[in-house]
Amino acid sequence: MPAVSKGDGMRGLAVFISDIRNCKSKEAEIKRINKELANIRSKFKGDKALDGYSKKKYVCKLLFIFLLGHDIDFGHMEAVNLLSSNKYTEKQIGYLFISVLVNSNSELIRLINNAIKNDLSSRNPTFMCLALHCIANVGSREMAEAFASEIPRILVAGDTMDSVKQSAALCLLRLYKTSPDLVLMGEWTSRVVHLLNDQHMGVVTAAISLITCLSQKNPDEFKTCVSLAVSRLSRIVSSASTDLQDYTYYFVPAPWLSCKLLRLLQCYPPPEDGAVKGRLVECLETILNKAQEPPKSKKVQHSNAKNAILFEAISLIIHYDSEPNLLVRACNQLGQFLQHRETNLRYLALESMCTLASSEFSHEAVKTHIETVINALKTERDVSVRQRAADLLYAMCDRSNAKQIVAEMLSYLETADYSIREEMVLKVAILAEKYAVDYSWYVDTILNLIRIAGDYVSEEVWYRVIQIVINRDDVQGYAAKTVFEALQAPACHENMVKVGGYILGEFGNLIAGDPRSSPLVQFNLLHSKFHLCSVPTRALLLSAYIKFINLFPETKATIQEVLRCDSQIRNSDVELQQRAVEYLKLSSIASTDVLATVLEEMPPFPERESSILAKLKKKKGPGAVSVTELEDSKRESGELNGAGERGPDPSVMAASNASTPSPSADLLGIRSAAPVSNAPASAGSLLVDVFSEAGPAASSGAVNDDGFLRFVCKNNGVLFENQLLQIGIKSEYRQNLGRMYLFYGNKTSVQFASFTTTVSCPGELQSHILGIVEPLVEGGAQIQQVLNIECLTDFSDAPLLNIKFRYGGALQNLTLKLPVTINKFFQPTEMASQDFFQRWKQLSQPQQEAQKIFKANHSMDTEVIKAKLLGLGMALLDNVDPNPENYVCAGVIQTKSQQVGCLLRLEPNAQAQMYRLTLRCSKDSVSKRLCELLAQQF
Amino acid sequence: MMRFLLLFSRQGRLRLQKWYTAISEREKKKIIREMTTMVLARQPRTCNFLQWKDLKIVYKRYASLYFCLGVEHEENELLALEIIHRYVELLDKYFGNVCELDIIFNFEKAYFILDEFLMGGEIQETSKQIVNRAIESSDMLQEDDHSEWYEVELFG
Repeated sequence: MPAVSKGDGMRGLAVFISDIRNCKSKEAEIKRINKELANIRSKFKGDKALDGYSKKKYVCKLLFIFLLGHDIDFGHMEAVNLLSSNKYTEKQIGYLFISVLVNSNSELIRLINNAIKNDLSSRNPTFMCLALHCIANVGSREMAEAFASEIPRILVAGDTMDSVKQSAALCLLRLYKTSPDLVLMGEWTSRVVHLLNDQHMGVVTAAISLITCLSQKNPDEFKTCVSLAVSRLSRIVSSASTDLQDYTYYFVPAPWLSCKLLRLLQCYPPPEDGAVKGRLVECLETILNKAQEPPKSKKVQHSNAKNAILFEAISLIIHYDSEPNLLVRACNQLGQFLQHRETNLRYLALESMCTLASSEFSHEAVKTHIETVINALKTERDVSVRQRAADLLYAMCDRSNAKQIVAEMLSYLETADYSIREEMVLKVAILAEKYAVDYSWYVDTILNLIRIAGDYVSEEVWYRVIQIVINRDDVQGYAAKTVFEALQAPACHENMVKVGGYILGEFGNLIAGDPRSSPLVQFNLLHSKFHLCSVPTRALLLSAYIKFINLFPETKATIQEVLRCDSQIRNSDVELQQRAVEYLKLSSIASTDVLATVLEEMPPFPERESSILAKLKKKKGPGAVSVTELEDSKRESGELNGAGERGPDPSVMAASNASTPSPSADLLGIRSAAPVSNAPASAGSLLVDVFSEAGPAASSGAVNDDGFLRFVCKNNGVLFENQLLQIGIKSEYRQNLGRMYLFYGNKTSVQFASFTTTVSCPGELQSHILGIVEPLVEGGAQIQQVLNIECLTDFSDAPLLNIKFRYGGALQNLTLKLPVTINKFFQPTEMASQDFFQRWKQLSQPQQEAQKIFKANHSMDTEVIKAKLLGLGMALLDNVDPNPENYVCAGVIQTKSQQVGCLLRLEPNAQAQMYRLTLRCSKDSVSKRLCELLAQQF
Repeated sequence: MMRFLLLFSRQGRLRLQKWYTAISEREKKKIIREMTTMVLARQPRTCNFLQWKDLKIVYKRYASLYFCLGVEHEENELLALEIIHRYVELLDKYFGNVCELDIIFNFEKAYFILDEFLMGGEIQETSKQIVNRAIESSDMLQEDDHSEWYEVELFG
């Protein structure tokens, strides 16, 4: 197909583009591009000076290649040369190249700035505009420094052409956004406000963007703009569609300027001056009236422009939140849009109504549309519209309609898109709690939630139902009955088992009178799920069993038998085994009184802010739940439940969290006050899991130890990185203790779900993960985890960190070696030459020494080597070795069981690029391990 | 404020990119990839707006080309759609029945036209006449500059 090249043709460029388009394969394209790059390079390097046209053509080709996605690393100088050309067309291409290939190369920026300076002072409006565009495009600090004071002058000068004023206003706006400190307010500011009165609509349109931004930052200084904006708006709104000539867009007068004016007014409270306010209200009414008039054109552009102004006016009305009449009219207007045939309008109406629902004047009016919104949730084809409908239902929910809305949301959940399920679950949970007058309804709702969308029910949600049941004794019997019934289902979600185990363990007695749910029936029902559950759930069930022994002495024999069987008492999981052993002993030794005291019903939980609400806030950003908060303060205060979050360490939570090698978490409350870090016997409680994954697992499950060796001599840095995830670590060690901060960064824009981490240690180390990792990691977010490590005795194997999460549905499984090496527990020891050699001789048994001769892999620079040895943790001893080229170090490794003295000698041979490394330690396994580790560092 | 404008074909080939804030090339490539997959996956007759991170994405298809605009939260979606439309009109007026090939072969012109219309992520001039006049006069300047290079050519 022929393509016409208008203006100046660059035949060479067009031929090149055609060639690229005719390439049959990516390889052919790359080949053609490389040929062209070589050609351009030789032209640029050639002795013959290029004329302006050729320069322009080649620069343009480079630009095209760059835009195809290839890197361009030359041509910048030629582009800068074009800037200083007197020919417009060459200058223009030069500026385009600079704008597209912005480079922070400061040398180049200086040259560019020179050219810009010349053009700005040229008084040639087209040249000035090009220069201003370039500043706005690059927007770098150097440019701001050079021009921030010059541009305001151009903007307000009496003799500046309109087009230059427009460019100057937007250029200044860009600089103000990037370097606000360099744009100084001054005499020009008041004159800028008066640009709102400018005769040229284009100037007003450009200037108002600048004024809005300045007003947001310095409202007082710019408040005169309010009355100016109102009168300008009033003139536009009342003008006939033809009055504004080319600024009328599809019969709508100046839609962009109108919206900008309405937006500017949203930076301020309603005008105090009665006349101004009256005029503004009149404008808003006119806009609302116009929405009811028949359209002047069938074109979608007409209705879009008209409705854009309408939506902006409604935003202003909501912002003022003081004119009940206007608010209700706005709501009715949006109500009409809810059923409009244009999907876009339905979407925007739902979105805008969400904010209206939070105003006390219009809340009731919004509620009248409930049926339409529910219908939208059920029938909209577009998931983004359904999402908005769900948001609006959430916002309009109050005590009067909560049951209906929650029921609709629950039924929608069954078919909801996976992407919004978790958020829906949180919303249902919050509404159910917030508006629960009758707690049996609340319990039903949450159990339904677990049944319908168990995978998306986060810990916060099921913790919360337990907290509430514990705190409200009027619902305990009902909860026990309901959960008992729910557990009858052949396949029930593990979260249901958790809730069931907990509630029956506490309140099973309330339903035990009925022979259909006698103690043994209850126990058998729970135990039938046991083998299908994960370790944390099993741990929780074991605790429920011991509680059963207390509640129902008749179950004692059966339960003791279960506890006694090999699969419990010899379970390879330390946590389960310990529970089985302890509970068995407790049940056989303790008297009934002691048992009753130890296994007493859980005390009520202290009241705190709902953890679920906090979670939703985090998920959706601060704006999203403001509606709910507002309701809290305005209407619903005092309605919150008598339960609250129990803080991060209650034993219940620890037991349930798969990511925590669970400490002695239990239902008993015996250790409920003990911080997680003090709980013993947690080391490697998930060892089995990790082994099963790390071994035969698929590619992604294999142990990755690339990063491991880089951390022998340093404690901080990036341990691992792929396209999805970055893991950074920071660690510190003292004596035989260490603390490691792990930072997990989600590099994608998509949320990671079910994010869990486990650490397994060799027997010589103990580790605790402190705190709980959120199972959701938002796109772009980073979460932190703290790991405490204790070195019991010397070791060679590193702890393994296993990370699992879902990314877009696919399970990611990753196992890394954590860089905890024996040298981390070094204490440096300073000693004199004489002492050193004396000890060296003492460690003369052959197995105490380890030696390696190896080739240098890294720089043999003295400072580099010294830094590494210091990073190793030993003391670097000067003037000890008779040969000053050699390095000598001493240190003591601190473990819980013993201290190991170590001496090191490193002899570099620069000529041969070789080292000889000798280690002598009081324990032979340490010499060997240190030697292995260090031989790979130099 | 607008953050970026992307033009890409139904096959996901990028035809034009304009960025209004300073971001790294790597980040740009990531955004381009995400936008093309996200927008191309949309069903017909769904709404033209998407929520993406902290931005509103407004897109519209014209013949074989998708125009995709990333705007900040306080921007008006409907007007963003009309910004796209106005740009299409400007291209159309300049090229006369603009098609994808015009933009491929005259990408620099497409940039120049865009720069007359938008600047720094804001609207500079909404009047079609004024923008067209500016473009025409710069074409005239080019002709004056060095008529020896001026030629209208046809390529097959």
